[in-house]
Amino acid sequence: MSATAAAPQSQIGRVWTRFRRHRLALAGGFVVALLLASALFAPAFAPQDPTLLDTALRFRPPFADWAHPLGTDELGRDTLSRLLYGGRVSLTVGLVAMVTTVMTGALIGITAGFLGGVVDNLLMRFVDTMLCFPQVFLLLVVAAFVPPTLLSISLVIGLTSWMEVSRIVRAEILHLKEQDFVAAARALGASRARIMFRELLPNAAAPILVAATLKVASAVLMESYISYLGYGVQPPLASWGNMLTNAQGYFDTVPWLAILPGAAITLTVMGFNFMGDGLRDALDPRLRMDP
Amino acid sequence: MADPLLKVSGLEVHFPIRSPFLRQRVGTVRAVDGVDLEVGRGETLALVGESGCGKTTTGKAILRLIDPTGGSIRFGGEEIAQHGPSRLAPFRRRMQIVFQDPYASLNPRMTVGGILAAPYEIHRIGTTADRHARVAELLRTVGLPPEAARRYPHEFSGGQRQRIGIARALALEPELIIGDEPVSALDVSIQAQVINLMKRLQAERGLAYIMISHNLAVVSHVADRVAVMYLGRVVETAPRETLFFDARHPYTQALLSAVPEPVPGRRRARQVLQGDVPSPAKPPKGCHFHPRCPIAQPRCAEEVPLPRVVAPGHAVACHLAAP
Ligand SMILES: Nc1ncnc2c1ncn2[C@@H]1O[C@H](COP(=O)(O)OP(=O)(O)OP(=O)(O)O)[C@@H](O)[C@H]1O
Ligand code: SF4
Ligand SMILES: [Mg+2]
Repeated sequence: MSATAAAPQSQIGRVWTRFRRHRLALAGGFVVALLLASALFAPAFAPQDPTLLDTALRFRPPFADWAHPLGTDELGRDTLSRLLYGGRVSLTVGLVAMVTTVMTGALIGITAGFLGGVVDNLLMRFVDTMLCFPQVFLLLVVAAFVPPTLLSISLVIGLTSWMEVSRIVRAEILHLKEQDFVAAARALGASRARIMFRELLPNAAAPILVAATLKVASAVLMESYISYLGYGVQPPLASWGNMLTNAQGYFDTVPWLAILPGAAITLTVMGFNFMGDGLRDALDPRLRMDP
Repeated sequence: MADPLLKVSGLEVHFPIRSPFLRQRVGTVRAVDGVDLEVGRGETLALVGESGCGKTTTGKAILRLIDPTGGSIRFGGEEIAQHGPSRLAPFRRRMQIVFQDPYASLNPRMTVGGILAAPYEIHRIGTTADRHARVAELLRTVGLPPEAARRYPHEFSGGQRQRIGIARALALEPELIIGDEPVSALDVSIQAQVINLMKRLQAERGLAYIMISHNLAVVSHVADRVAVMYLGRVVETAPRETLFFDARHPYTQALLSAVPEPVPGRRRARQVLQGDVPSPAKPPKGCHFHPRCPIAQPRCAEEVPLPRVVAPGHAVACHLAAP
């Protein structure tokens, strides 16, 4: 069959080829993989319990002794252990928030785009309204009513940041639903639900994947904002955000306490953003010509 | 026709034109503006006309993929123009469509097996194992190997994809298939293969076809009868031979004169139409063809010519057509 000649490479293979050529994206992906691994294996890498206090050893500088490779904080807790465990918390918030964002945004976007008419109008006005408020404001309003737990923080971040995803998905669905394969499904008698979730949604996977990657970065950043404002992850549980908050009193004397979690946040955000950009380029339908 | 499989009368599909600002209705595109058609069991009707005359819209309205704004569609004796989704469900199995574009008509994220199993899933026919067997059988019927089921549409050529589209249309064993220019996107060398496949399937299964085409030459190979459309209306319907040798409508005559020798042994004076096809948003009054008609009379600009039977099976919508 000549079909095999036309497709020397699978679709995923082609995307990977293009992604690999994108140096920054590759570096981003590498950083992300490293961060995920360090969060996953935090108990193995951490020198000690991140909540263990040792008031005799406060403010140890980094690289001073092997027991505390990155020093200790104002309560004598080991900074490397707190960074690793804090990474677990921050990345969990980032991932759970991303899943919430993507599911909400995709559901609203596909419903608005596919059903159109009044439903579309109402949903899109709702999106506009949500976008009128800065996200931090929405977060703080909700935080005033909901006690901050890991789950509630993640959900609240997720539920206040799905609007762009819904717009992206809606635009994609508006374009896709005019294609003949959708008419073919309707001619076969497919239900609306089947058309939305079996025919259309998988075709919107690429922009959703890109948005998801970028959303992890913004959720990690958002967690550190609200932790900084005192509404985020509560001590003694470490997160990069609340490590930063604790460090602010000592910024002039022991700057590394702020620099280290700050660097971790920056690295994470940049890693996910570069990876997202690379994915966007690799998946972009306008560039979907063969190399 | 005594008991046609499909009888369409006065079919209208009017699309609203909305202003971009307040979305209020500012006009109407009369894409289909009173179409009458009949298709018998096992018969091929060709629906022919220039680009934009409303062929696709007619086909999609018959399949109820677009809601008609007026007229009647009787399939197997039952009026279906107003049916809702649940009452349409049994008719979904009885009429199917093959699209023009072999790229847009197959879901790029589904395997061919998934695409061909969908009809059975939707209508809850058979077990998973039955469906696998049926998919393999469908592929064999259209001349593709069973391994094709595991592949994705982009791994196939245009002609192969069109075979997959035909297989999908066959899955529910319909009585009528509407082919919306099913070969016009294919290489000329492949066109004949696909046409022959469709003819073979018709002979084996007693299928009726509506073959949409802008090309009279293609039609001459496949059609039993031909309906010629102009600006949302059918202007002439006739058996194929009659249409080619005894066309009565000035528009049909002009179309035929543009086809180089569609049927051997017949010469025509070349007749070139003046002007462009008017927009279906502003169709001319009276006979839609009158601004371009070489023999138009004053009444043509006022009165809509209704189809008149000039010979058995031959209807013409022209004031001047002699019986
Ligand atoms: N959804 C729609 N909204 C508004 N106008 C439409 C819509 N669909 C089709 N039309 C218009 O209706 C007319 C008929 O279109 P249709 O696609 O049925 O023509 P066609 O005969 O199939 O042409 P072609 O040979 O180019 O496929 C065209 O003028 C088209 O612009
Ligand atoms: S009705 Fe008049 S304008 Fe129309 S085709 Fe006949 S002669 Fe021409
Ligand atoms: Mg068309």
